[in-house]
Amino acid sequence: MKYLGLVWSALFRRKTRTIFTLLSVVAAFLLFGLLNSVRDAFASAGHSVAGASRLITISKVSFMMELPKSIYTRIQAVPGVSEVAYINWFGGIYQDPKNFFANEAVSPNLFDVYPEFKLPAAELKAFQQTRTGAVVGASLAAHFHWKIGDQIPLQATIFPQKSGSNTWTFDLVGIYHVANRSEKQQENALFFHWKYFDEARAFGNGKVGWYVEKIAQPKDADRIAAAIDALSANSDHETKTQSEDAFQTSFASQFANIGLIVGSIMGAVFFTLVLLTGNTMAQAVRERIPELAILKTIGFSNRSVLALVLAESVLLLMIGGAAGLALADLAVSFIRARLGAVPMLPVGLESWLLGLALMALIGLLVGALPARRGMRLRIVDALAGR
Amino acid sequence: MSPLVEIRNLSKVYVRGKQKLEVLHHINLDIAQGDFLALMGPSGSGKTTLLNLIGGLDSPTDGTLTVAGQRIDRLGQSELARWRAGHVGFVFQFYNLLPMLSATKNVELPLLLTKLPAAKRRSHAAVALELVGLADRATHKPGELSGGQQQRVAIARAIVSDPTLLVCDEPTGDLDRQSAVEVLTLLQRLNREHGKTIVMVTHDPKAAEYATHTLHLDKGTLVETAEAVAQAVS
Repeated sequence: MKYLGLVWSALFRRKTRTIFTLLSVVAAFLLFGLLNSVRDAFASAGHSVAGASRLITISKVSFMMELPKSIYTRIQAVPGVSEVAYINWFGGIYQDPKNFFANEAVSPNLFDVYPEFKLPAAELKAFQQTRTGAVVGASLAAHFHWKIGDQIPLQATIFPQKSGSNTWTFDLVGIYHVANRSEKQQENALFFHWKYFDEARAFGNGKVGWYVEKIAQPKDADRIAAAIDALSANSDHETKTQSEDAFQTSFASQFANIGLIVGSIMGAVFFTLVLLTGNTMAQAVRERIPELAILKTIGFSNRSVLALVLAESVLLLMIGGAAGLALADLAVSFIRARLGAVPMLPVGLESWLLGLALMALIGLLVGALPARRGMRLRIVDALAGR
Repeated sequence: MSPLVEIRNLSKVYVRGKQKLEVLHHINLDIAQGDFLALMGPSGSGKTTLLNLIGGLDSPTDGTLTVAGQRIDRLGQSELARWRAGHVGFVFQFYNLLPMLSATKNVELPLLLTKLPAAKRRSHAAVALELVGLADRATHKPGELSGGQQQRVAIARAIVSDPTLLVCDEPTGDLDRQSAVEVLTLLQRLNREHGKTIVMVTHDPKAAEYATHTLHLDKGTLVETAEAVAQAVS
């Protein structure tokens, strides 16, 4: 700690240059925080409070292939399965394609299979009794200022009605909540009746997108999954039953490989940061060769000089990085509060730890060459200006 | 009583590419405790090289160099660094203060290498600044001080850890006459009143007058007599 003052003053020897370099570090870690928040949101999409007590059954061929509704009762009969729901991805658009949110046709018992979706009893009853009824998550309702009694028109992108119309209008009868803050993303969905959907759609009748099984004993999950898949073995609709996590990940990857995209952007950002801060550190040390020589003259060892320069570059990254991550946390909170329906999670402990590790690593990396130069300088040559 | 600095057959050869340049030839010299020695000589005579060797900034090619009973010619780089921290204070022509630190912080620098707590370091630095007459400039940065004041801060930094030996390389070379007199008087006071052993390299005969005695170097060899000096000069 006694060297902190020395390191600090060396860092701010050229204030303007240091501030601009710091701003670039802040920007890089702000971006890191935001992108990591998006990646975490996608990665945690499958982390349900019910955990392994739910299984998902999809077509073995492709997630896009539908399954016959006829196997519903056979899945229900598999020992260990306590409840089965079925769902169809609808893919409707509300007013504008940029207003993306999940909208799905569901079986009437959806809220039994997803008990973490809290829907008041009266609203659940209204949903079950209203053919064109729909239920939305609280975040989504808040975002679009929807209230119970509103009519919500969705433009179909996949399923037109038999009448030829692409407009499906639903009556909002319920708003559900998710208590767990980390699961708030689940509040960005709209559910309506599969029966209404199946009767009105122009094609694909009698089929569902996937089944969701609630199981009594999570320890039996493997056996139950195998038993469900055995029901359709050697048929034209073979199934693959998997954990909710695996399903959510494969669902998200239908749109894009989020991890790869985020990783690539962050890689490019940090590569640029290494070049930029590396150049700054090299310049800073080059200017201070006589001062480093003086430190060595009065007794600082080669290792001490090495450590001082490395500490300087790590401190530069730590100050800028911490500020960037803190800003990212504020920005994510602001975006979530204002926009609601965005796939972002607060900058959590894991992001901070990863960020701090990156700050230390980049700091050491960019400081390594200048520090080595400082360590190896010969006092008499440096003092003589050679 | 053995001398503080004992130099025997000391040689220094620099190798620049394929050329070998012998800067010091078989120097023999004793410097007593409490001495104030001025080293004079023309440019390239080897006086700064000799000073660097005495201060442990460089290692000799041949010969022995003993300071306070310790053979420093045998020490490795890390050991030399530790030795310098404990035994030598340096004053240079261009002050070589760290521009971003206040006078106090500059003076404190050698004490960072000790186990003294921060409060002690600060009080030691204050005493050193008081001794050089700059107590009222403690918070000023080098850029806010005159050349003479900067050099006095450098002297405070050199003496703050109470070293065995002060080595000064042209300490007045960048100063006006008035400031030079102040700095030389200060060095003389440190020698007379505080018993500091000082080795000073200078071009200036007036500066050398402040020393207790003077030695001349020419072409890497010590020349002590007036005749030899005259020969060397001619």
